[in-house]
Amino acid sequence: MLKIKNNSKVNLSDIPVLKIGELRDEIIKENKRPIGFFGKDWGEGRIRLFVILEDAPELLVSSAIFEADEKSYECITNEIPSFHIYEREFYEQFGIEPLHHPWLKPVRLNQDKYEFFEMKGEEVHQVAVGPIHAGVIEPGHFRFMCNGETVYHLEIMLGYQHRGVEDLMVKNPSNQLAESICGDSVIAYNTAYSQMMENLKNIQVSNKAQLIRKVCLEMERAAIHIGDLGAIAGDIAYLMGASVFGATRTLVINTMLEFCGSRFGRGMVTVGGVNYDLSDEKIERALKTFDKVEKDVERMTNTMLKNSTVMSRLEKTGTVSEERAKEAGLVGMAGRACGIDVDSRFDFPDKWNEELGIRKKAFKASGDVNSRFKLRYKEIRESFSIIRKCLAKLADYKNDPLITNGEDMAKDAFVVSIVEGWRGEIVHIAMTDNDGKLSRYKIKDPSFNNWYGLALAVRNNGVSDFPLCNKSHNLSYCGNDL
Amino acid sequence: MFDTLKSRIYQGKQFIKDIQNAPMRDQFRGFPILKEGAEVCDENICPTGALKTNPLTIDMGKCTFCGACERACNAIEFTNGYKLASTDREKLVVTPQSDYENYVKSAVEVKKEIVKTFGHSLKLRQVSAAGCNGCEMELNACSNVNFDMGRYGIDFVASPRHADGIVITGPISKNMAYALENCYHSVPDPKLVILCGACSISGGVFQNSTELNREFLEKYPIDLYIPGCPVHPLTFINGILSYIRK
Repeated sequence: MLKIKNNSKVNLSDIPVLKIGELRDEIIKENKRPIGFFGKDWGEGRIRLFVILEDAPELLVSSAIFEADEKSYECITNEIPSFHIYEREFYEQFGIEPLHHPWLKPVRLNQDKYEFFEMKGEEVHQVAVGPIHAGVIEPGHFRFMCNGETVYHLEIMLGYQHRGVEDLMVKNPSNQLAESICGDSVIAYNTAYSQMMENLKNIQVSNKAQLIRKVCLEMERAAIHIGDLGAIAGDIAYLMGASVFGATRTLVINTMLEFCGSRFGRGMVTVGGVNYDLSDEKIERALKTFDKVEKDVERMTNTMLKNSTVMSRLEKTGTVSEERAKEAGLVGMAGRACGIDVDSRFDFPDKWNEELGIRKKAFKASGDVNSRFKLRYKEIRESFSIIRKCLAKLADYKNDPLITNGEDMAKDAFVVSIVEGWRGEIVHIAMTDNDGKLSRYKIKDPSFNNWYGLALAVRNNGVSDFPLCNKSHNLSYCGNDL
Repeated sequence: MFDTLKSRIYQGKQFIKDIQNAPMRDQFRGFPILKEGAEVCDENICPTGALKTNPLTIDMGKCTFCGACERACNAIEFTNGYKLASTDREKLVVTPQSDYENYVKSAVEVKKEIVKTFGHSLKLRQVSAAGCNGCEMELNACSNVNFDMGRYGIDFVASPRHADGIVITGPISKNMAYALENCYHSVPDPKLVILCGACSISGGVFQNSTELNREFLEKYPIDLYIPGCPVHPLTFINGILSYIRK
């Protein structure tokens, strides 16, 4: 397998081409976490399958070509379970069947053909929810198989948000489209897209722009995490927490509005750098706001965690064991809350980690809602620490340009760009053809891996605890459906 | 218990007292102004085709308020005017003659029967039809302690049976078309349909997608258009208020 670095460009011709049997053997031998597993139309009815595995701080890439008459292969899921969703997606997009896949169900299309698991017996019943849910949230269908009040298994059928983003990205890529793929991770998605284009156009982004992006990315993380602490409080009917965290989040996103004119950071990041500079006055005001935010979050979190009625709802609810989480291939925050050590900010570090002394801090995970609650609190504090370091460093690069221009896009290139959004790793993969145009754009949201984790979390919990399990994961529908 | 009380006292009152005249930060990109010389701007800079130079217009129904045209061309300026809602799709098209004050006065056509039926209480069912969760988050924010939309009797409810209308966000994917129509029919008459955000009004950045099915919008009358990407809570609340209040 070819070793490549995150956020760098390689020639398509450097990527090995194997027979699918060989590729499968190699994947099983490596036994690493998949980051990409997707096809590309290779002309004359052939399909080329690309595989990217994590081997921090590097990535392993390889590929195989299916001839026009090869329409199946022996699935990998039975050997390495975390491939289950990737193989389903590959089957849906290119019609090549992974044989003996344990549940080869639709991912985004043909929902009317979705066959739910069935359970029979006394006191067994099903609860169907969605696609339209009770709250103001995105659509998805949940099917609970219950034994009395207890959930035996949950099946999640998604695809309602499918807008064909990958095709649109190939035809007409833009920062505005990248921002709208998943509107709660605007900065993360747009940064991943911009890094991709910068690699293809050979642009070296200025230090100043890099730091501003980092500040915004961490602000996005902090803001959403604070909002989620409030949402978890709301779901256990601790309304005080919901109100206070809600109001505190407003302070962070309004600071974002001052930075770039949008509460969610739209318009900030662009290919080549950032659109808006941070004046000293803005930075000073922001730092004051962050002081207050940190204080308020700490105060409210401690008040909540001291409250026994709160703790009795958070502890041991929606538990996913580390072993199961690893099997399912959970990533990002949901994975870290189960004890999986995965964070692309540290797995694929940029130069700033060393320069600013940003270090990974340990977290004692228990896999339940409590763990996800406390992890958020920890990450909020870390984010503000990173923001302060970046803002202080920004003074050194006053004269750097905001935007750097580049050349035409490279021909026959392959780029992987990973950004740690607040949910976890956001992976953008692009390929160009021999005219220097995009020929394939692949996006992987952390939710793509993590939805199955939610299904595991609600097992053996009361059906009434579902909202709490769901909100503590807060996964993306549109990021999954694309 | 005492900690909770202390936190409560410390937080004090958070709500914005006067939503209809709430100040907005200058950086907010709201109502656009087209000044002399904007004809020479490159309309291809607009990712959604909202900017047209012959004749010169910006269609707020398509605009994502990304500011790309403003950064490229000095003759276009986004003001912080946030009252953008309109009852008429045509009125969302801003021309060089438009100005914010006149727009606010004339954009929403107030009807007696609407004010009489929904003026005191309006319960809405939101349908996210392939939205990116941006508008959804802002609509949730409408009910938080800062904006507190509930004080005007406007609320989001869980069941369409309890609702007086639906709020649609997102460009309406094929996969959501059936559920959306089903939801619409479940709302008892008389009912409102409100389009929220650039995606639902025009398809926004997704307008060229082959995975959309926007037939619903041709079949049923639309009562209110609320532009934005995403829609700011103040835009949403003021848009609704101007439609259901005298």
